[in-house]
Amino acid sequence: MTTAAPTKTEYEAVIGLETHCQLETETKIFCDSSAKFTVDPNVNIDPICLGMPGVLPVLNEKVLEYAVKAGMALNCQIAPYSKFDRKQYFYPDLPKNYQITQSDLPIGEHGWVEIELYDKKSGTSSRKRIGVTRLHMEEDAGKLVHGGGSDNDRIGGSTYSLVDYNRAGVPLIEIVSEPDIRTGQEAAEYAQEIRRIVRYLGVGNGNMQEGSLRCDVNISVRVKGTEKFGTKVEIKNMNSFSAIQRAIDFEIDRQIAANEAGEPIFQETRLWDETAQETRSMRLKEGSSDYRYFPEPDLGPIEVSAAQQEAWKAELPELPRSKRHRYQDDLGLSPYDTRVITDDRATTEYFEAVLAAGAPAKPAANWIMGDIGAYLNANNGMGISELKLTPSGLAELIVLIEDGTISNKIAKDLLPELLENGGSPKAIVEKKGLVQISDPAVIEAAVLEVIAANPNELAQYKGGKTKMLGFFVGQVLKKTGGKADPKLANQIVAQKLNEA
Amino acid sequence: MLNSEQVHKVALLARLQLTETEESQFAQQLSGILDYVELLNELDVDGVAPTTRAIDVSNVVRADRVKLWEGREDLLDCAPDRDGEFYRVPKIGSSEG
Repeated sequence: MTTAAPTKTEYEAVIGLETHCQLETETKIFCDSSAKFTVDPNVNIDPICLGMPGVLPVLNEKVLEYAVKAGMALNCQIAPYSKFDRKQYFYPDLPKNYQITQSDLPIGEHGWVEIELYDKKSGTSSRKRIGVTRLHMEEDAGKLVHGGGSDNDRIGGSTYSLVDYNRAGVPLIEIVSEPDIRTGQEAAEYAQEIRRIVRYLGVGNGNMQEGSLRCDVNISVRVKGTEKFGTKVEIKNMNSFSAIQRAIDFEIDRQIAANEAGEPIFQETRLWDETAQETRSMRLKEGSSDYRYFPEPDLGPIEVSAAQQEAWKAELPELPRSKRHRYQDDLGLSPYDTRVITDDRATTEYFEAVLAAGAPAKPAANWIMGDIGAYLNANNGMGISELKLTPSGLAELIVLIEDGTISNKIAKDLLPELLENGGSPKAIVEKKGLVQISDPAVIEAAVLEVIAANPNELAQYKGGKTKMLGFFVGQVLKKTGGKADPKLANQIVAQKLNEA
Repeated sequence: MLNSEQVHKVALLARLQLTETEESQFAQQLSGILDYVELLNELDVDGVAPTTRAIDVSNVVRADRVKLWEGREDLLDCAPDRDGEFYRVPKIGSSEG
C-alpha cells in the first residue's frame, strides 16, 4: 500500500520497531517477588526491586532460558559472553534511579523475522524478512497512578502521583528491529509475528491491552531512491496491532506533508491518540548518551555454553514460519487458511492431530475455522484445547463425510452435540441411524412419493419454473430425515421430474 | 581538563545542586581524578580482551520460585511519603524516562 500516492515526489517510510515483551516467569528478574499481575498495589515488593541500599540482585534462571529461546526463535546469534548494564535516569517509577538492562553485549544479535503479508483482494500473500538488530533482557519499571484521575489529567488539578511497584523488576525482553519496515501493514504484521513466536514458545502471553507486549515505533520518511534517512520520530502508546498500523500511516502522511510544505520535522517522541486518531508531540528526545550506561557491578556476566544452547534449541517447538511454509507447500492450504490456523499454537496442534487421525487437510481446516471457530467465539473465546470434541473425533466425522457414510448436512446437525458432549461420531451415527442413504432405489421411492404429493409444484415446474427442482430435493431430504445422499437425490429428482 | 560546564551537566543529570564556586572546585578535583586514571593508558593492552568485571564469576542464577517478602508494611513505611498502599511522590512532568 502506498500512502504517498497523490504527491509528485515519491516518498518512502523507513520504520524500525522496539518491542518489549513481558516474560511469563513466576518471579521477577532479579528477586523472589511474584511477577504476576496483581490488582492490589505494592504487594509484590521486596528490598531488591525497591532498590534498598546494600541488596544484591540475582538473575532468574528462567529469564535467561526464555530470552535465549526467544533469541533462537528470532534467528539471533546467541552471545557467548553477555552482561548487564545500568541505564540511569530519574523517574519515580524507577526506584533505583537506574534500570538494569543490557547495553553493548546483549544476549542475542543479528536475527531476522519473516513476515507474511496477506492481500485480502487477491487472496495471495508475499513474504519479507525483517532484520532483528538485537534482543536483550531488562527489568520493567513500576506504575504511576496520577492523583485525582487518569493520565489525561496531567495539566489540571493534582500536585502528586501515587506509585505502585508491583511491576518494577518484572522481566522483559526488548527486541529491536532493523529499519527494514516500509509500511504500517508491515509493522503490524511484524509485531504480530513477534507475539506469535513468544506465544508458541510459551515464554510470554503477548497481550497488548494489558501491556505485556509494547511497541515503540521509530519512523522517518525520505524521497524514494535516496539513501540518507530523514529525521527520526518515535511514536508510543499504541495498544493494538491496528493502532500501530494507523499511527504509522498517520505519521507517514504528516511527515510527507511537512516535507512538501518545507516545514521542519523535529526529533521527538509523539504519542498516538486513539480518540483523535493522530500522533501528538510529547517531548523533544534527549541524546542517548545522557543515560550514562555502565556495567552493572552487582551481576556477573552470562556465558551460555554451546551444550546449553543445544539443549534449549532441542526444546523449541516448530515455529509459525515453518508451519506456514509447510501448510502451503505440503498440505496445499491457501494463504488465508494457513494464516488463520497458524495464528495460534493450540489451533495448529489441534489441526495437526486431526490430520494425524486420518482426515485430509482442507476439510479439517474448514471445520476448525468455520463451525468450531464460531463455537469457541460464542463461548467467550474458549480455547480449542478445552474442546469436548477431540481431534480424533473430528477426524472421524470428516472421514464419515469423505467416504459417503453421512452427508455434510448430517455432520453439521451432529456437530452441536459433539461440541457439547464429545463422543464418537461413528457411534452416534450408528445409534441414531443417520447413515446416508445411497441406495438409488430407496431414494427413487421417496422421490416418486414427493412428486405424487405435490401436484401444484409439479405443474409449476412443468410450466418452466425450473427453480422448483430445489423444492423437490428439499422435500426428499426432509422425507429421509436428511439422510439421502444429496447429490444422488438431486440427480434422481431431476430425472423423475422430466419423466413425470 | 574538565570544565565547569561539563561539571554542571553531570550535576544536572545526577540531580545535584551546585553553586558556581562548587562547580569550578569540582572541575578541578574531578580533573585530578581523571588524570590519575589516565595513567592506565600508559599500559600496552594490545591483544588483551576487554574486561567488564574484576571478579571472575559467571552464570550466577537462582531458581524461579516465589518467596513472599514478609515486611511489606516496613517497606511502605520507610518512604518519605506514604499514602495507604501507595508511595506518594510529587507530580512529575514528562521530561524524562
